[in-house]
Amino acid sequence: MGGIFLLVRRSLRQHAFSTVATVVAVALSAGLVMSVFSIQYQARRAFTGGDVGFDAVLGARGSQLQLVLNAVFHLETSPGNIPWSLYQAIKSEPMVKLAIPYATGDNYYGFRIVGTTGELFTDFEYEKGKKLQVAPGGRFFDDTHREAVLGSFVAQKLGTKIGDVVHPYHGLVFDEASKHNEEYVVTGILEPTNTPMDRVVWIPIEGIYRMQGHVLRGTGEVYEAQAGQSIPDENKEVSAVMIKFRNPTAGFTFDQTINRQGKVATLAYPIGKVMLELFEKVGWVNRVFELVAYLVVLVSTAAILASIYNTINERRREFAILRALGARRRTVLTAIILESTAIAFIGSLVGYLFYAAILTGAAIAVRQATGVVLDVFAWHPVLLLTPIGMSLLGAFAGLAPAYKAYSTDVAQNLTPQS
Amino acid sequence: MPILDIKDLKKGYADPEGVRSLVVDVPAFSVDAGQQVALRGSSGCGKTTFLNLVAGILQADSGVITIDGEILTGRSESVRDKLRARHMGYVFQTFNLLQGYTALENVLLGMMFGKGADTERAKALLERVGLAERMHYRPRALSVGQQQRVAVARALANHPKLVLADEPTGNLDHHHADTALRLIREICSENGAALLLVSHDPKILDQFDTHFDFADINRRVRESAQ
Repeated sequence: MGGIFLLVRRSLRQHAFSTVATVVAVALSAGLVMSVFSIQYQARRAFTGGDVGFDAVLGARGSQLQLVLNAVFHLETSPGNIPWSLYQAIKSEPMVKLAIPYATGDNYYGFRIVGTTGELFTDFEYEKGKKLQVAPGGRFFDDTHREAVLGSFVAQKLGTKIGDVVHPYHGLVFDEASKHNEEYVVTGILEPTNTPMDRVVWIPIEGIYRMQGHVLRGTGEVYEAQAGQSIPDENKEVSAVMIKFRNPTAGFTFDQTINRQGKVATLAYPIGKVMLELFEKVGWVNRVFELVAYLVVLVSTAAILASIYNTINERRREFAILRALGARRRTVLTAIILESTAIAFIGSLVGYLFYAAILTGAAIAVRQATGVVLDVFAWHPVLLLTPIGMSLLGAFAGLAPAYKAYSTDVAQNLTPQS
Repeated sequence: MPILDIKDLKKGYADPEGVRSLVVDVPAFSVDAGQQVALRGSSGCGKTTFLNLVAGILQADSGVITIDGEILTGRSESVRDKLRARHMGYVFQTFNLLQGYTALENVLLGMMFGKGADTERAKALLERVGLAERMHYRPRALSVGQQQRVAVARALANHPKLVLADEPTGNLDHHHADTALRLIREICSENGAALLLVSHDPKILDQFDTHFDFADINRRVRESAQ
């Protein structure tokens, strides 16, 4: 067996250029396959199965998906507002453990500004047992002051520090021309949560109501908040109410009363199921990515076959000499299959580097776009199956050249061919 | 007891028209253990085919070849490969060193398919043929004479009982040919290996106590000449 390994090692070294080129091709395809499946899995889990801290979102009548994307992932536009009274009604329900209002409509350099209440910081758990924390030196905002708390990603991206001033811009898309006059002082930077909340600028909900140019239509009539005057509850509106139920059955009850019998609001529940519908709708895109990945694997398998097959003719004399030294046919056959397997296996190992690079790039892009964090080191069976599968395909690719080497006529090939 | 014993060995080839003609027809031939025998024959008379039959590289059409008491003919290719790896060494006219391997690795390959690699013995053999300083060189970095010495060391690497040498000095000048031949004979003697050497060069044959004209043992050559 030591002889076979020596043959494999020397052959890989002798044909170093084609070996390296093929290894890189295999590595790229292995990295791509691992990335496609890992990103798919992690994205699906983050958007559909991850703990977002809330069970449901209550919002304006319309699309549940839009509601979830807007309120949980801070991505889409709001489908509209609901009156403050609805928030109060749901909050007073015994089956509701927590109801937190969100009001949106402004941004800070493209990062969404969400008006909310202090309960978000005191009562809300974004993961079981984990509440939002401000980094040392900071504090949560005071509901009665123009103060802001920044998500960690916002602070990191914009280089904003405690004590800095935040100028809101109207709308959800940054436009230099639509700057509001109000100023908010940053009192705290949230510790990273690795959730979309990291991409949000949090201010008191009254701040949204009192922002220059904002009007409220809680009663159906236009109302503009005046400085020094409290805002009557009937004029207030919220973009969404984030809800945590005391038990899972409550969600079904509210789903029944709000979505099927009611006509005023929409309850997106459960959040994971709503997002799952999105993933199922765009499932064909995943299939396309998978198909491309499989095709790339096929191409790299063909590359292994071609690179080894092309060397067999020039190596016929080598095989004849080895046979004359006593090597059996099956020794030569095994050496070639091992060689192609080794290329595939080494390629798969190098593929982890490509996988890490692709996933890091994707993680940066996904985090910037959604706040969802992909973990390069997250386990997925594809990380083990890819090297095994690629090695098997490599062995398969080696069969044809191995047979060619196996069939080498010793006597005919022992003399040099001019 | 002969190390090589041949009885009624026949080998023929079909020409492009399908007519089969005999190339080797040896009624009887033997080499004793440790004996050194030279065969002379002109080019194309079937010497190499004869050696390839003895080595088990080619399968005989009929007849019996016995190596150290084991019948080679009629056995499967795998068994013949095994017998060759265990009992025989082969020195070629063109040396047939593997270019991607060092001198030491070439010698080790001469052992790996038989009794197993023995690095110490491989090194000792290379020292014996005067290549102690060059054992990690690849063949291209060695002179022709040095390459031939590596080939000799490789042929002896696996403690063979029979060394086959096919025009082993054919690619060397007169001075190097003499040196190489002396070395082959000395090393075979030191290792107790019999030597069967074929060459077309009468000067080489004169140095052997036992030498034959290939026509003497090959009936087919004899008949062609008549």
